[in-house]
Amino acid sequence: MQTRSRRTTWNAGLVSGLLLFLAIVVIAAIAPIAFGSAAEESGARQGPSADHWLGTDTAGHDMLLRSLVATRLTLLMTIGATAIAVVAGVLLGTGVWLMRGRTREVCLRVIDGMVAFPALLLALVVAAVLGAGGSSAVVAIGIAGIPYFARLTGNLAAKVSQQDYITTARLLGVKNTRIVLKHMLPNMAEPLLVLSASTFAQSLTAISALSFVGLGVQSPAYDWGKLLNEALPSLLAGRPYQMVGPASLIIITGIAAILIGDGLAAMANPRSSTKRAPALTVPSGSVLQQDDDRSYVATIKDLQISAGGVPLVKGVSLGIKEGEILGIVGESGSGKTLTAMALARLLPDGLSSQASKLTVDGLDLLGAVPARRMAETVALVYQDPGSTFNPSLRMGTQLTEVLTTHKNWTKAKARQRILESLRMVRMTQPELRMKQHPHELSGGMRQRAMIAAALSNEPRLIIADEPTTALDVTVQADILRELKRINRDYKTSMMFISHDIGVVRALCDRVLVMYRGEIVETIDASNLTEVQVQHEYTKALLAATPDMSDPLPVRQRAVPVSTDSTEGVLHV
Amino acid sequence: MSEAQDVIQIKDLDVKYGWGRNSVQVLHGVSLNVPAGCTVGVVGESGSGKSTLAKTLVGTLTPTRGTVMIDGVNVSSVRGAERLKLRRKVLQMIPQDPFSSLNPRHTIGEALAEALDPRHANVKKHRGVIAEWLERVKIPAEAMYRYPHEFSGGQRQRVAIARGLIPEPTVVIADEITSALDVSVQAEILSLIANLRRDLNLTMIFISHNLAVVRQVSDEVAVMYQGQVVEHGRTSELFSSPQHSYTQSLLRAVPGTPEFSIDPGITEPTSHENRAIA
Repeated sequence: MQTRSRRTTWNAGLVSGLLLFLAIVVIAAIAPIAFGSAAEESGARQGPSADHWLGTDTAGHDMLLRSLVATRLTLLMTIGATAIAVVAGVLLGTGVWLMRGRTREVCLRVIDGMVAFPALLLALVVAAVLGAGGSSAVVAIGIAGIPYFARLTGNLAAKVSQQDYITTARLLGVKNTRIVLKHMLPNMAEPLLVLSASTFAQSLTAISALSFVGLGVQSPAYDWGKLLNEALPSLLAGRPYQMVGPASLIIITGIAAILIGDGLAAMANPRSSTKRAPALTVPSGSVLQQDDDRSYVATIKDLQISAGGVPLVKGVSLGIKEGEILGIVGESGSGKTLTAMALARLLPDGLSSQASKLTVDGLDLLGAVPARRMAETVALVYQDPGSTFNPSLRMGTQLTEVLTTHKNWTKAKARQRILESLRMVRMTQPELRMKQHPHELSGGMRQRAMIAAALSNEPRLIIADEPTTALDVTVQADILRELKRINRDYKTSMMFISHDIGVVRALCDRVLVMYRGEIVETIDASNLTEVQVQHEYTKALLAATPDMSDPLPVRQRAVPVSTDSTEGVLHV
Repeated sequence: MSEAQDVIQIKDLDVKYGWGRNSVQVLHGVSLNVPAGCTVGVVGESGSGKSTLAKTLVGTLTPTRGTVMIDGVNVSSVRGAERLKLRRKVLQMIPQDPFSSLNPRHTIGEALAEALDPRHANVKKHRGVIAEWLERVKIPAEAMYRYPHEFSGGQRQRVAIARGLIPEPTVVIADEITSALDVSVQAEILSLIANLRRDLNLTMIFISHNLAVVRQVSDEVAVMYQGQVVEHGRTSELFSSPQHSYTQSLLRAVPGTPEFSIDPGITEPTSHENRAIA
């Protein structure tokens, strides 16, 4: 069990954004009281001077003071408009996902349609209908911001509302309001905050724009947009300094809002700071017997992989013989996938690894290896046939890619070879499959295609990482037989990773059992029975595996695994 | 066995997804009766309609034909207070994925309190009951103040089981509750479920794609194939002498059973050498 440690990481952007915004708020609070009357003092028009840093306008009002005084009104209007957009948008966006079936579809399409309508145009229409004035500008900008906010909230809510905990809460009889307040909103809080900050910046410019074109605040009141509007004749007359005050304040406030938004976004990952406890070490049950290295297609010696000081693989040594299917079993977090990925030189970023020897087919993987040579030596078959292929490309394009890039083959030649490989894995109608998209193939067919792609390079070693876990048992049986046949007919060596002892026992020649980053047992697959295995963990694993020939009901046996099996786990 | 004793009565169930011409019928005339205190395992491959059956049983999907009666109440037409009573006191579902079934922003205690009282979910008020149930699923009581991400998959699934059972339902639908777990954790969860169902005299529908798992916890097994129940019988009989050809092929496909053979058979002799393209 891990201790709860939620650390708030303050980043420079967020801090400077908050400081800037605080300054603006202080100005908004103080300026109208301190300079309210001074800003109304009229006189002759002047350029910048020691008395009037930014000069005065045509009526002789000090521009700096007026800009500062205008902060309060501008800020209040912006906050008002943002509040309208956020509150109404959140209500709409989450409300849609509480509806059912067709009503929801219709509402979603209406929101989509509203998003397509330009926001500023909508604001102008609303402002024109309500008449010019500060409050109507707020309402106009607020309303104009609703569709955008509703759409994005809707997208977030869509993801959250499909989580099982929402369904479960509903089945428990939790009311809709509680579902929204307690389950949906807290899980969308960070993106919504980020979104609110950017909406604030947008509202600020939109409101200033409305005042600038004369549809917003009316004299004698003034906000930054109104000040810009009044300064326009001066600008045209060659006195740009009159615009500096309101323009720079708009920019500063906008930047502050955006910095805060970005800062919040960067902070939004609450679980990045949980610490992992170091995993326990387990004495090895048996030592790997290494005979002559030359009979091995692949050799790993003393492989160690760690993530940020936490060891994930602790000194693994293994060898795969010519024409052998080597099985690796273990539970999640045992390091079996990492070991395989090290052999394919595909370790994820952020991991450090070291080994005293790492070779495949005489190729030293510790040094630089040309990608092409690597592609010809090792082929990979992944777990999920659903996500291995790009859904938007035809199978033919994807399958031939490896040959056209690594071997510089022509498309026709690559196609020929892939067709042959597809026939080798006994895919039905291979020509048709080449033209189809991945979704038109079943899971078993996609996995066959994956194996065909692996075979097309005539690799010395196929690494199959849980290749049948996502498949139905009858399809799994077919794929297992296919792998066995390839191994028998072409003498291809294989590393077969699985959590399923039954599968490994049926397919493999030799089996390594991994536990917490170490190989605890190496055994011939035929000896993988509770009587013959040596290590306690292997025994427990066998006992835990439900067996079809077991007497009923569940047998129980203490498994020497602490209940926290996520320690040191790295999901690759 | 008389009809009255069957807590779950499913009759001629048809379920469709979508509307009009684009609709896909997933269940075709499924009938299944489960007597009180009995656990029926439902097995089948992906797409066979297992999960659709579960969703129809809890009322999230409405059948186009047929009825689901649970404890004498029609699940798809009941409304208002009756439905609340059905959902709270009679029927509970334990979801598949322990990683998405607990709200990451709620403590374990809050999750369980909500199951006890969906309106207010007061952890303090129900502390005793929550602690008792956590102990029951072998999780220390102080875990109620912790958040789901601090627990492993197996521990979360225990919490999910506790949440499903804390309203003291008579009927439990368990949909692939061990398929996201490691085998040793799966074994623990299965023995937990086996004990709880005996202690609480639960009527249960246990859905899984794993034949061996179903075999361990079920009194009876129903085999689903393409939206139909093709075979239904006592667990021991069904596994020792399967009648339907699909059940037979399903049993043959499990590695480790005597019927399973890895032998790929004789295939056309395409050797490595003459595969190369000239």
